[in-house]
Amino acid sequence: MVPVSDVLVLSAVLFGLGVIGFIFKRDIVTLFMCIELMLNAVNLAFVAFSRALGQLQGQVYVFFVIVVAAAEAAVGLAIVILIARNRKSLNVERVDSLKL
Amino acid sequence: MPVLEHLWIIPLLPLLGAAANGLLGRGWSAKRVNMVALGSTGLAFAAVLELTREFFYLGADQLPWMPPSYFTWIAAGGFRADFALQVDQLTLVMLLVVTGVGWLIHIYSTGYMSDDPGYTRFFAYLNLFMFFMLILVLAANYALMFVGWEGVGLSSYLLIGFWFLKSSATNAGNKAFWVNRIGDYGFLLGLFLMFRTFASLDFSSVFPQAAALPVESSGHGVLTAIALLLFVGATGKSAQLPLYVWLPDAMEGPTPVSALIHAATMVTAGVYMVARSSMIFTHAPRAMLVVAVIGAVTALFAATIAFVQTDIKKVLAYSTVSQLGYMFLGLGVGAFGAGIFHLMTHAFFKGLLFLGAGSVIHAMGGEQDLRKMGGLRKKIPWTYGTMLMATLAIAGAPGFSGFFSKDEILGSIGTSAGGQILWIVGVVTAGLTAFYMFRLLFLAFHGAPRYDEHAVHVHESPKKMLVPLVVLAVLSVVGGWWAAPELFGGPNYFDRFLAPVFAASGAMLEEMSRAFVLERMAATVSVALIGFLVAWWMYVRRTGTAQHVGESRSPIYRLLAGKYFVDQLYAAVIVRPLVWISRVVLWHGVDEGVIDGTVNGVGQSAQVGGGILRRIYSGNTRSYATWVVLGAAVLVTFLLWMGR
Repeated sequence: MVPVSDVLVLSAVLFGLGVIGFIFKRDIVTLFMCIELMLNAVNLAFVAFSRALGQLQGQVYVFFVIVVAAAEAAVGLAIVILIARNRKSLNVERVDSLKL
Repeated sequence: MPVLEHLWIIPLLPLLGAAANGLLGRGWSAKRVNMVALGSTGLAFAAVLELTREFFYLGADQLPWMPPSYFTWIAAGGFRADFALQVDQLTLVMLLVVTGVGWLIHIYSTGYMSDDPGYTRFFAYLNLFMFFMLILVLAANYALMFVGWEGVGLSSYLLIGFWFLKSSATNAGNKAFWVNRIGDYGFLLGLFLMFRTFASLDFSSVFPQAAALPVESSGHGVLTAIALLLFVGATGKSAQLPLYVWLPDAMEGPTPVSALIHAATMVTAGVYMVARSSMIFTHAPRAMLVVAVIGAVTALFAATIAFVQTDIKKVLAYSTVSQLGYMFLGLGVGAFGAGIFHLMTHAFFKGLLFLGAGSVIHAMGGEQDLRKMGGLRKKIPWTYGTMLMATLAIAGAPGFSGFFSKDEILGSIGTSAGGQILWIVGVVTAGLTAFYMFRLLFLAFHGAPRYDEHAVHVHESPKKMLVPLVVLAVLSVVGGWWAAPELFGGPNYFDRFLAPVFAASGAMLEEMSRAFVLERMAATVSVALIGFLVAWWMYVRRTGTAQHVGESRSPIYRLLAGKYFVDQLYAAVIVRPLVWISRVVLWHGVDEGVIDGTVNGVGQSAQVGGGILRRIYSGNTRSYATWVVLGAAVLVTFLLWMGR
């Protein structure tokens, strides 16, 4: 059986990749994928804990996260399409007009 | 007994008149305004007459008559003040004076103010004044009396500043209001001390309790303190030293206002209040002495200023201050009845003098300077005749009302050393009074005209102004005859009528032989005669004398013409330092520095802080993400460190 710590390390690595990708990439769709990566890294950690502690709450949370992620993707991708239409670009650095 | 049971109706009528004219009267015709204003005060006067009739059916044990309280006005902890009215002999006299003279002056005003654009407003204010004055004299406790007290002050302020486009009028109104604040402050402190001592402000509770306390002949004690504080209030409202300064300036108001408020009624509120509180004052002999001395000094002081005034209304204003001093002199020596007697006769003749002065001003087309009058006797004979009656009355010519009341005050002064001094001051003042009043009369009505006869068309006033003059002239003559039998060894009916009110307070007047009283009377009359002769000599016989005195610029003349420089003294000692403190310390220092500084400082710190923080919000999504990650990292580090 795979020990919990291994799964957690994997989860942390995936999360870290998501963060780094989010910070350093410019393409909005890529950013989206990085967010999904982070969410699923967290899901992995939830499942691992759920299994190790023999409790179901962790798995329930995973379902919540999946539902929210689906909703977020639906709304977010719609926004992405609109940005693409308006700016003719998917470079996140060109979407900076919302500031003081 | 309809009115006795419904006392509220008396003050309510003028209030309704004020409300109707004040709230709805805009655009009403003068006729309708007259109907409301004269109707409401006339009905109030009728109600008072009916009250007088009913009053005599009351038994002595039913006085003071007090219908059950109409409602509780304030109830807070142990304090309770009802809207409760009462009537006794003193109130009745005041009611008759206020509504009677008040009504006459209302009638007069319809003529005097007929061309004024603020006609409706004038009568609304005048009725409002009547309401508060009636509350003042009808109140059955000090709290309600204070309502009337402040209310007449308000109406006085409104009417002094009636011509509010004239800055001198608004300034005079403000001055009256502020100076009265000082007096009212003392009055209020007196009421607080009274409540602390007696746990009540009701007359029916305070006076018996005060009566039970010993007389504070040493001058240390709570009753003396209360009496002195109340008297501070009286000096403000009744224009006594040192708070008299507002009354001469109050002449900026329309002349009927000067007659009604600043001569006949409101300024006597202090006299009424002291007389009403006779129980407290007689238990504080030192306070009584203060009242008498302030009264005597004010009488003399104001009379000397009246010597050199050239404005006809200013002469009368200082004369009013002086006569009020007489009233307080009477109260102070324990002759409460005499003080109120003089209050009543003064209301007649001084009201008449002011109305007559108004008629002169009206005839001269607005001229108030005595130096620009002269020789009006033939042209406005009715005004002259009535003013002559009033002048004789105030000067104390035998048989006229002022003679009886003034002599009763002077005759009541004791024969101790101090009493002798007070008496001499009073007699000298009587001489001065005769002088300045005849000076006024001679300057205005005798001699050659000193105005341009082609430019000024002197005309007698209309009937509605003359009728009140004539009625008041009759009252000025006969108003004192209540006391006439005393001359022949009979009773003084006025004193006898009022005696029950003051009997309980136990003010004892010195018993004096009739011969001695008559001697004193003769002395007063002869001094007044000297005053008259000097005035006649200076202003009729040798008309150049007065001018000569004026041109000599002697120190005494300048002192009098400068009104003893009291206004300048107050300005230097009180007003200017106060303005300086207000401007430099309170305005620029506290208000601008501390309060504005705090508010602006809060705003500025938010602005500066926001200016720094806004740099974070660059609009760059990735920088936001970096901040989030950094924040999360800090949080995780912190939690790990905590959990160690």
